[in-house]
Amino acid sequence: MGTTHYTKDHEYVRVDGDVATFGITDYAQSQLGDVVFVEVPKVGAHLKQGAEAAVVESVKAASEVYAPVSGEVIEANSALEGTPAIVNEDPEGKGWFGKIKLSNKSELDALMNEADYKTYLSTL
Amino acid sequence: MLNRQGRPTAPGSDSTVIHKTFTGNRALQQIEPLIFEIGSMDQTGVDIDAPAPHHKKLGAFERKAPIGLPGLSEPETMRHYVRLSQKNYGIDSGLFPLGSCTMKHNPRLNEKMARLPGFSDVHPLQPQSTVQGALELIDTLAHWLVTLTGMDAVAMSPKAGAHGELCGLMAIKAAIIARGEEATRKVVLVPDSAHGTNPATAALIHFDVRSVPVREDGTVDPQVVAELAGPDTAAIMLTNPNTCGLFEKDVVAIADAVHKAGGYFYADGANFNAIVGKARPGDLGVDAMHINLHKTFSTPHGGGGPGSGPVVLSERLAPFAPVPFIRKTDAGLQLVEDEAEAKKHGAHPFGRMTAFHGQMGMYVRALSYMLSHGADGMKQASEDAVLNANYVRACLADLMSLPFGNKPCMHEVLFDDTWLKDTGVSTLDFAKAMIDEGYHPMTMYFPLVVHGAMLIEPTESESRASLDLFIATLRDLAIAAKRGDTDRFTGAPYHAPMRRLDETRAARSPVLKWLPPQPILEAAE
Amino acid sequence: MRYLPLSADDRSDMLARIGVDHIDKLFADIPRDKLLDKVLPLPLAKGELEVERILGKMAARNKTASTTPFFVGAGAYKHHVPATVDHLIQRSEFLTSYTPYQPEIAQGTLQYLFEFQTQVAALTGMDVANASMYDGSTGTGEAVLMAHRITKRNKAILSGGLHPHYAEVVRTLSKMSNADVVTLKPDLRAKENLIASIDEETSCVVVQSPDVFGTLRDLKPIADACHAKGALLIAVFTEVVSLGLVTSPGEQGADIVVGEGQSIGNGLNFGGPYVGLFATKTQYIRNMPGRLCGETVDAEGKRGFVLTLSTREQHIRREKATSNICTNSGLCTLAFTIHMTLLGEKGLRALAEVNHANAVMLAEQLAKLPHVEVVNEHFFNEISIRVKGDATKLVDRLAHHGIMAGVPAARLFPDQGLEDVLIIANTEVNTNEDRAALVAALKEAM
Repeated sequence: MGTTHYTKDHEYVRVDGDVATFGITDYAQSQLGDVVFVEVPKVGAHLKQGAEAAVVESVKAASEVYAPVSGEVIEANSALEGTPAIVNEDPEGKGWFGKIKLSNKSELDALMNEADYKTYLSTL
Repeated sequence: MLNRQGRPTAPGSDSTVIHKTFTGNRALQQIEPLIFEIGSMDQTGVDIDAPAPHHKKLGAFERKAPIGLPGLSEPETMRHYVRLSQKNYGIDSGLFPLGSCTMKHNPRLNEKMARLPGFSDVHPLQPQSTVQGALELIDTLAHWLVTLTGMDAVAMSPKAGAHGELCGLMAIKAAIIARGEEATRKVVLVPDSAHGTNPATAALIHFDVRSVPVREDGTVDPQVVAELAGPDTAAIMLTNPNTCGLFEKDVVAIADAVHKAGGYFYADGANFNAIVGKARPGDLGVDAMHINLHKTFSTPHGGGGPGSGPVVLSERLAPFAPVPFIRKTDAGLQLVEDEAEAKKHGAHPFGRMTAFHGQMGMYVRALSYMLSHGADGMKQASEDAVLNANYVRACLADLMSLPFGNKPCMHEVLFDDTWLKDTGVSTLDFAKAMIDEGYHPMTMYFPLVVHGAMLIEPTESESRASLDLFIATLRDLAIAAKRGDTDRFTGAPYHAPMRRLDETRAARSPVLKWLPPQPILEAAE
Repeated sequence: MRYLPLSADDRSDMLARIGVDHIDKLFADIPRDKLLDKVLPLPLAKGELEVERILGKMAARNKTASTTPFFVGAGAYKHHVPATVDHLIQRSEFLTSYTPYQPEIAQGTLQYLFEFQTQVAALTGMDVANASMYDGSTGTGEAVLMAHRITKRNKAILSGGLHPHYAEVVRTLSKMSNADVVTLKPDLRAKENLIASIDEETSCVVVQSPDVFGTLRDLKPIADACHAKGALLIAVFTEVVSLGLVTSPGEQGADIVVGEGQSIGNGLNFGGPYVGLFATKTQYIRNMPGRLCGETVDAEGKRGFVLTLSTREQHIRREKATSNICTNSGLCTLAFTIHMTLLGEKGLRALAEVNHANAVMLAEQLAKLPHVEVVNEHFFNEISIRVKGDATKLVDRLAHHGIMAGVPAARLFPDQGLEDVLIIANTEVNTNEDRAALVAALKEAM
């Protein structure tokens, strides 16, 4: 199990070697409400940090999910397409969105660790 | 005469138990299946004579497969749709305070006039000499619209408000192209309080949307507009009165700021009904504005249309109006339908919005309303609409919270959900409890600039007695919410034809048409 | 004023309750110099009788379709609408309701929309249909934009048989959104080579069948050619009754089907309001414009309907919406659905057969006239003929004698060498006497 980083847009990145698994945090899913649709990242896409990577929709809102780090998408969680509820049930586990092969590990330094993210949430 | 039958003439029991019915119906509320469940492929409600013998000229294109359209006989059809109608709430059912949507009385004279064969039974491509009365009607309505708005011209053909927005922005884009500035003027300023159609329309024709924050008092600050506007600015889209129910008091300064930057002022006319006869958009610096005939001029909403969205234009934009348009000639009215013909008369139309000439059926209804009200009556209607909204505000201000303070509003009053804090009742719950009380809820969660927004537009169609009962009802609900009577809200509605519906389920696995039940064997596989 | 319930006393009492002494205090935010101080120069209020007189006079200046032998079509068609339809759509609860945002008190609207969507999907042979567009032409514009979103390309190819107003709507939208359009020349005899125009940049091909001249088109080879190049086929129709007798566009491989539904349930109304039908394949649902009604259950488990997949729409997605459409053609969809329910499969087929038979008979009679050539080989209820001389003048002359002969092609395609072409529609309303009158008048006029 690698270390987990967080963005201010409530995405998490779990790093294992040079592969980063990302998705939205438990806080994000609770704010969205029942997730009804996920457009998962395209495998093979080269994403820059901050670029639109996926879309997550509840009944009344649609949100873009931005790439928390730069790199190539090497896997997408296609299970979310058929069963978007996984994002509500287990956002930081089975509800991951995609895996990115990191192209610039130093980007991680600017992200929050778990303790910082918790502090950040308490300010919202 | 003696009551020989022994028929009881007073309620015999004081039981209040509600029994389940065998059918699931509740008296007038009847469960009604889909036509696909009650109709059949052999049934029809029309009698059509067999065709004369003929040799088909369909080639290889004759349909072989069945279509899958069940029919019903005429009495069954009548009953099916009457029963469906009984599950609907309309303006005729009661107060319908849906803010921004203007659910005013729909006079039946309008319907009668629209059905005159001279309007309803004429084809858009008949020789123009045979439809001079239809062209006269459109031309007359156009005259009323430009006079009421103080503008130069009107493009009649847009089919609804959003289509009118598109028409207005296209005229603006055409003017910018004519100035040779299309590469640089790409930004449309849109306040955060705008209708969703505004940014959607701008994006549709590849303008970049720049948000304008709304200041503390719920209006747009001309200083902010001046800072955001520049050589890249194509236009501002401003709703006035705005969606917070407030007149943009600095509208002239906003118009000046945009004009100074070389941009155009598009006004969303969805709320024009508050100021008809009181102020003219043309005097406020507006370059283009759509008018929702189905809001301001009482044509029916019909469960979501049809609408009609003519766009009035300033002198600067008038030459770019789309085809068709009407011009007066010695031989009568001429409908100019194509660009080449338009250019002969000095116009530079940007193109065409729709086939034919627009929503004639709606034009007739709107003109029927205008003639009935007259210039004096429409001014009075605006005043009554504003009066009614302010009366509601004044009578509820002590219980519900006004995000921009207790000051006069226009034709609609905006509350937020601050007053519901810690009650466990949300704006949605409150709205659903209104349904149980026999009211259609107000507009909720819009505009987005206010938390838990409740936008109430009573319209001028409500009597004093109707408003007093409405106010008393909302007061009772508000007190109940604050008292902690949460059940009355969170489970509501209890008395509507249906309880709350599961929108999550509908969106997660969409079922968008009727599917025949699967045979059991197949389903088991 | 009969529409305003407040009395003068009500008004002054209410102003007092609000705490202002004059109505204009409530309009205080309007700049003082912009507040109108007198009534605008327009007529004053009138009673019902007077309004009826004024509008009645205007109406009387128009020649109505039901009072003449009437053969005008080209995108709008004179059909018989059963009396039940107009009665039902005037039910208060349908007529005066709003878009069904509160599903608990709008199941009437929602259920008929669900029925409408199912009927349209069946007719077009597609997986799903939306709850309507404004009309066929604006629907076609939206279909092209949708194809661009799906294919991530931006070139549309328009058949020369597409109704020119529809083509113009597409060109206007495209010009304004920097998309490319190739419009083929007016194609009187269905000889154009659409397939040769398709390339790797092509997003979609738009083909109408029956085309604007009345000819039935073979969509299958065009669909195959589109798919081979990664493009979509948008099939258009302006006469929905044809689908009762003709193979559906879905069966022929169309990806998006869009058409005008006016013929069913809706009158001519001088061009509007009409109802746009819009259908596609399941995989494209999320790129679809317009409202969608879906099935669900309520808190007690009872079946009900709601508007769904709203995240595509402007009120949520704002500048990222699939379309800016909000109001659509609600009541016209109801008219369509009621009429289609009355017809059913059996009635629609019978209606379509009568339309076709009438057109075949007329074509045969016209073909026998000297100086007349019927150009269509395969058609449904509309044909085009070449006449001697100018068709516009001919139509005007016949109109003067009380016969509405059709649409001169030059009105739709000015300056395109089609001055001698006349487009003639023939529906169930046309009798043998109507046809005889038309044929005799044409014979005499040429």
